[in-house]
Amino acid sequence: MIGSALVSGLGLGSMYGLLALGFYVTYAVSSTVNFAQGSSMMLGAVFAYTFAVKLGWHFIPAAAMALVLCALYGLVVELAAVRPFARRGSNAWLMATVALGIVADNTVLFTFGKEPRGFVLPWASEGLAVLGIHVSKMQLAIPAFGLGLAAVLHWFARRTKYGKAMLAVVQNADAARLMGINVPLAIMAAYALSTAFAGAAGIMIAPLFNVHSDMGTLFGLKAFAVAILGGITSAWGVMLAGLLFGLVESLITAFLGSSYTQILTFTLVIVALAVVPNGLFGRAELKKV
Amino acid sequence: MIRLLFVALSLAAAAPAWAQQTIKIGLVTALSGQSARAGEAITRGLQVAIDEINAKGGVLGRKLELLRRDDESIPAKGVIAARELYFKEKVAVLIGGLDSPVALAIVPIANENKLPFMDPWAAGTPITKNGAKDNYVFRVSAVDELVDRAMLQYAQKTHNARKPGMILVNNPWGESNEKGLTAALAEKKMNAAGIEKFEGNDVDVVPQLSRLKSAGTDVLFLVGNVGPSSQVVKSLDRMGWMPPIVSHWGPAGGRFTELAGPSAKNVHFVQTYSFFGNQSPVGQKVLKALMAKYPDIKGAGDVTPAVGVANAYDAMMLSALAIQNAGSTDGRKVRDGYYKIGRYEGLIKNYDKPFTPENHDALTENDYVWAQFIDNQILPVGMHK
Repeated sequence: MIGSALVSGLGLGSMYGLLALGFYVTYAVSSTVNFAQGSSMMLGAVFAYTFAVKLGWHFIPAAAMALVLCALYGLVVELAAVRPFARRGSNAWLMATVALGIVADNTVLFTFGKEPRGFVLPWASEGLAVLGIHVSKMQLAIPAFGLGLAAVLHWFARRTKYGKAMLAVVQNADAARLMGINVPLAIMAAYALSTAFAGAAGIMIAPLFNVHSDMGTLFGLKAFAVAILGGITSAWGVMLAGLLFGLVESLITAFLGSSYTQILTFTLVIVALAVVPNGLFGRAELKKV
Repeated sequence: MIRLLFVALSLAAAAPAWAQQTIKIGLVTALSGQSARAGEAITRGLQVAIDEINAKGGVLGRKLELLRRDDESIPAKGVIAARELYFKEKVAVLIGGLDSPVALAIVPIANENKLPFMDPWAAGTPITKNGAKDNYVFRVSAVDELVDRAMLQYAQKTHNARKPGMILVNNPWGESNEKGLTAALAEKKMNAAGIEKFEGNDVDVVPQLSRLKSAGTDVLFLVGNVGPSSQVVKSLDRMGWMPPIVSHWGPAGGRFTELAGPSAKNVHFVQTYSFFGNQSPVGQKVLKALMAKYPDIKGAGDVTPAVGVANAYDAMMLSALAIQNAGSTDGRKVRDGYYKIGRYEGLIKNYDKPFTPENHDALTENDYVWAQFIDNQILPVGMHK
């Protein structure tokens, strides 16, 4: 029972982590986030389903095209729902990103259809026995992909010129601009990357779940809790918090029953944040006055 | 020119008069979302019955007219639609309630305002057994407490169940069945191996199923609509655990095979009717009418979910008889009209006094059949070799 719960928790936790990485990327560069990350995730699944199932493309080009479209959607989020407000020092981007997510959900509802569809990838649901526990290939692929992505992000931010440039933007946008960094471009790139991550999460979860317009809502909410829990300023922290959240959720269900899952999981989040206000792996920001 | 204008005005004035002459039948059901197919099936059953009645001159000399509203499986939307149909459109009978939570939300409106409400799908026990002194709610469908007894009976007979476990969707419908299944087990001095709940949008039900597995479950009782049920089947696949699954009829409401994958066929679920096999003269007539009206229906396999069509057809026919017996569309008289129905040769069965003041459910556990999905068709269990 523990083995199955651990595999299940790691799979779900990686999905939360992947979505939460999207929060990390934009927050690290601009101190803003797309609150409707769940909608971006849903778009990834819907685009991939449309190309792979309705149009009959091979899975790889279908997924690639879906990611490109998700990245473009990220640009729209930044240009329409974040920049006009952030530029004026307003926090209205909070509501604007939520509103844009609702627009995306409903547009999909009317174009894709109201009935959930099954995205069957036979190779993804093929089972393997690992240490006597049955797991599907996709359940193994999701944590591997999530952790790999967190590693790449960490390396990119800390070791590359472009990564350092992006981090410089949030520390002092004016100084970064004077140093020749294209600040608006860096923020746009962060949003494109953020929605592409969410899209990747959507594509990977689709074969395990069903594809429909509101499939990302609950995920988006939990991912935000994960981002805060991990300390939104650390890629590793966010990913690890995702895994932790998924594992705790799964183990509570396995040992205490599903009635307690949401009550205890979110209570633990509150307790954790009360004890460590900057998140489990975050650092307090220094503000010079 | 003036004459043309006069003719146009006369026609415009005549239109409302014609409209008033129809007897309006309201339908509140899910026409979108996971249960959209079931809502469409109910529509088709009602429409075929209405066409048949209208072809014979209607009821009380007036044609019947169907008005549909989409509740999106959301109780609040169902209540708004029910109020509009009852009070603005003045429907004689409101038919509806694909989802038990929606039906349960409409029940008080019907009873408080003394307006007939006919349920052709939602199986929640308290829908008809609602405790109201003056009960205006009738049903031609399965009833949870009877289905639960039938599920246990089937599990024992077919799978020799000794320690069944329950995996139930976490909503009022799941709760209603938890009570019913627990009572059915208690009657036979049995206990459940475990009772687990899951959310309708849960991706992974493995932790709950692992608990049931380690508790020694030998047969799974499943209660959930299409989407949630498919998540249970996919989770079982991932676990590599294949216990017999005896289910309420939730999987019948949509693209179950597409959503659940090849293991969809392992789920045996309750139905009230199947258009496969030898059909009664009424069955042949209804199938012929469906094929003539809907181009996508080429045979029995395309009438899906069959229970939606069959229940709705009989519900409409019995409601028409009630209006006929009432001699008017007054709510109280129509309610009493249901009690006056005697023998009626229906699609699901031959009814004989289907409703009394004590019993508002026309079907009993003897009217259930067991079915499974083979590809995209719902076939009686055992028909596919």
